Amino acid sequence: MNRPGLLREILQHTSEHFVLVLISIAIALAIGIPAGILLTRRPMLRTGVLGFANVMQTVPSLALFGFLIPIPLIGGIGKRTAIVALVLYALLPILRNTLVGILSVEPAVRESAIAMGMTGRQLLQQVELPLAARTILAGVRVATVTTIGTATIAAAIGGGGLGEFIFRGIASVDTTQILAGAVPAALLALISDGGIGWIEKRFSAV
Amino acid sequence: MAASSTATVEFRSVSFRIGRNLILDDLSFIIEPGETLVLLGRSGSGKTTALKMVNGLVLPSSGEVLVDGRATAAWDLIQLRRGIGYVIQEVGLFPHFTIGANVGLVPKLLEWPPERIAARTTELLEQVGLDPGQFLNRKPRELSGGQRQRVGVARALAADPRLLLFDEPFGALDPVTRLELQDQFLALRKSLHKTSIFVTHDVREALRLGTRIALLDRGKLEILATPEEFLKSRTPQTRAFLDVLKMDVLKMDVLDR
Repeated sequence: MNRPGLLREILQHTSEHFVLVLISIAIALAIGIPAGILLTRRPMLRTGVLGFANVMQTVPSLALFGFLIPIPLIGGIGKRTAIVALVLYALLPILRNTLVGILSVEPAVRESAIAMGMTGRQLLQQVELPLAARTILAGVRVATVTTIGTATIAAAIGGGGLGEFIFRGIASVDTTQILAGAVPAALLALISDGGIGWIEKRFSAV
Repeated sequence: MAASSTATVEFRSVSFRIGRNLILDDLSFIIEPGETLVLLGRSGSGKTTALKMVNGLVLPSSGEVLVDGRATAAWDLIQLRRGIGYVIQEVGLFPHFTIGANVGLVPKLLEWPPERIAARTTELLEQVGLDPGQFLNRKPRELSGGQRQRVGVARALAADPRLLLFDEPFGALDPVTRLELQDQFLALRKSLHKTSIFVTHDVREALRLGTRIALLDRGKLEILATPEEFLKSRTPQTRAFLDVLKMDVLKMDVLDR
């Protein structure tokens, strides 16, 4: 196998993988954080929504990708289906940590904020979200790292990414190919973990 | 809002129940401008609930609470609350804000210009005995319990509210610090003349700070009296509270006053 060709392929699949993860996490954030906030206001919905997110996490990833293929609009072969599956996985940690982070704001702090005449929006933006930021970011970190791993399976349904190497390597019993997929994926996970962890620590200045 | 404005509060047959539990039972009284009414009672007497009715944190099940002649149910609660200072035992300072930002919060909500907020914050810290240069940029966790409660009082006074509510503000402090803060409360009252409602279970604190004392027992108003009348009254409940004073030298103080 010629080396420059492999390197170019690694770079291409890594960036494909990265974009796949980025889009999935962005969508999971856009759904998970508002949904988490909503759940702090609507205790009745908590069991149901958290239950759904929990069940999604327990479905084996390969099976979930398989289940989604026959579903119209979101299913089929390709990136779209992969993203839907990855969003479903990333949702729980983000949703749960948003909920827990806001609920663990000291009751006395919340009561003071209300008693001083903050509106609901001011309470959320100036008190609840800043105080919950660390916990929410911890959830985002967990979601990102697991998504980087799970995204390797996207290749099984034509989603591309570093999984291409891994599946090809398994099929052809070629360790180099498997490593060409696994090593960049692991590096990507480590870098994201460290990066988000660093941001998280900056919020510890309470 | 005029600098010396102060409020009248009236309870009109106020009851509050949670399910079948009657927390407050037909309370009626008027708090005159400038007076300090102490709501005294044991745990579970409903005194904190009564206090929270004044700034609309709790609304009555029946009857009404009037602030400046208007029922809390008819007030825009956000506006009502911005005109009422609120101090609680746990202080409830915002841990992510500096002391300065904590004190200046209500003025900021009221959209005062920044220079005016800064000037007011400095003035208030001095007023409650904290050096602004030293404390302005610190975070609440760097302060002692007593210092935090002083900040809590400064925060409540920030936008020159017409009414002040205190919910056992000094309950968690050591006795010496508590005495200091009580003295400061009396000094502030002398200079500000604001209507205040003060919740406590400590009869000594009630006698020391109140212009009148309302004793609550299981949601009912047992007696509403000046400290002097309170000391002379002989209902079973007042006796129970006054027994606390029997061995107390402070009793002499109050009788002398």
